[in-house]
Amino acid sequence: MSVLNEKTVEELSVLLESGACTSQEIVRDVLAEKNRIDPVIRAYVELDEEDALAQAVEADAARARGTAGPLTGIPVAIKDLLNVRGQSCTCGSKILQGYRSPYDATAVARLRSAGMVMAGRVNMDEFAMGSSTENSALQTTRNPWNTACVPGGSSGGSASAVAARMAVASIGSDTGGSVRQPASFCGCVGLKPTYGRISRYGLTAYASSLDQIGPITRTVKDAALLLGAMAGHDPMDSTSSPLDVPDYAASLTGEMKGLKLGVPKEYFVEGIEPEVDACVRKAIAQCESLGAEIVEVSLPNTRYATATYYILATAEASTNLARYDGVRYGLRVEGADPIALYMNTRAAGFGSEVKRRIILGTYVLSSGYYDAYYLRAQKVRTLIARDFSEAFARCDAIVCPVSPTAAYPLGSCADDPLKMYLGDIFTVTANLAGICGLSVPCGFTSGGLPVGLQILGAPFAEQKILDIGYAYEQSTAWHTEKPAIQG
Amino acid sequence: MSSSFNESAEHMDVEYVAQLARLHLTPEERTLYQRQLDQILGYVDELKAVDVEGVEPMAHPMPRTNVLRRDECGTRGDREAVLANAPSVRHHQFVVPKIVE
Repeated sequence: MSVLNEKTVEELSVLLESGACTSQEIVRDVLAEKNRIDPVIRAYVELDEEDALAQAVEADAARARGTAGPLTGIPVAIKDLLNVRGQSCTCGSKILQGYRSPYDATAVARLRSAGMVMAGRVNMDEFAMGSSTENSALQTTRNPWNTACVPGGSSGGSASAVAARMAVASIGSDTGGSVRQPASFCGCVGLKPTYGRISRYGLTAYASSLDQIGPITRTVKDAALLLGAMAGHDPMDSTSSPLDVPDYAASLTGEMKGLKLGVPKEYFVEGIEPEVDACVRKAIAQCESLGAEIVEVSLPNTRYATATYYILATAEASTNLARYDGVRYGLRVEGADPIALYMNTRAAGFGSEVKRRIILGTYVLSSGYYDAYYLRAQKVRTLIARDFSEAFARCDAIVCPVSPTAAYPLGSCADDPLKMYLGDIFTVTANLAGICGLSVPCGFTSGGLPVGLQILGAPFAEQKILDIGYAYEQSTAWHTEKPAIQG
Repeated sequence: MSSSFNESAEHMDVEYVAQLARLHLTPEERTLYQRQLDQILGYVDELKAVDVEGVEPMAHPMPRTNVLRRDECGTRGDREAVLANAPSVRHHQFVVPKIVE
């Protein structure tokens, strides 16, 4: 019976350190569970068992030599848009099928040097564009809590694999909520660090002023451990922050007393599912009972966030995705001249949502429309960021829902992209402002679907939001619930 | 350039913009995107209601300064692994269709 796959990073670290288990045993249990239930969930895009076991052998050898660290030998699943040397990096797209990464992303290299085992890559919305993972060109991933529902997105493979216990932890990316929302939909912990906290080198770009790598885990402490392993300045990414990296995990106090938590009234409005509203309000009351002071704050420009995000993100995407031209890597569909080659390649290689966003982004940047859309959206972005800095002058962190809904049935947003965009209202704000945010499980709907509490912090206040999340998590049992899946 | 577009801000000449983005669209895609993008543009139009007078645009979340690396030689990447991903290679170079007749 596989059991080690059910343990957290923190627990495995203790077991490995004491000699109670080996990395090979952990990896075998993860593989066994993956082979049992992934035919139903379909989270993994690729998992090279031999390679994962070889890494585990090396990790066990390092431990025998006495050169192991606290994370050595623990497997982690990587969203398929981070380069892992020698492995696939499809980005959920047909245009990158067959691509093998020639190098490691910095975040991956740091996890490797901490001794972690790169155990497979997981599904996502194509180029991280989507909120349900249904935009993957490769496969449909299901929510472990209800396989008729989406896992959220775009890091849906990460969240479903972690929730289903077929990954111990996973690394995703968050451009408009793509770590926090699937974590919320699948009952996991998801952290979007401050812009610049983790190097983006080797992360396939979607919207470069918004993208940030983040962990999806079962506990807050695990998220803190992985953040600590990945964070820090990198000469390969000039936007990575030179600020020191604290030992986030060791510094968790579990203390809520004396903290001031802001509740933004604009995040509790019509359109939010009553059961989600009730779970989040109950969680806020729990924080209060743990000693936090609750204050009302206002983020008045929230109502413009979705429109601002979809102008800026698509504009950046339209330029970033110009690189898929059929010349240097990926799919090529021949044409009579280079322009025809580009047009044929991109028509065949990109899926529907990616094309839609490239067209929208090209339009808002085009002559005659730049000022009305792109420049105006950049100014509204300033106002949204200003809302947050004013709010953080009055509180230590903001608590609110992650998403207005719990996971919805597969196919329910088909052909209505705007409907799906509107679900991102509570997460895109953090990316626009560049602040950090954490999603922590805070209950279930009557239909048995998880709900997440979002904790937003000022730039580089990761320690604070992790602390709040940890204190809340330790006083509840939501994170210990697990879905029953028939393999 | 702007004369190539329809005058109304809520209606985009999808075929023309797709051309700019080097995307070949099928007639079905054109019809679908026209409807969906007009709907999305109608939605983002609400930004026109925001008073942005005197507000600086924000291109980036953090204050940015230009960064120069030292002008030193180094090794970057594995050429064979990079070229292995190319659709067509000859003599260690990417092969593309003829550009100039």
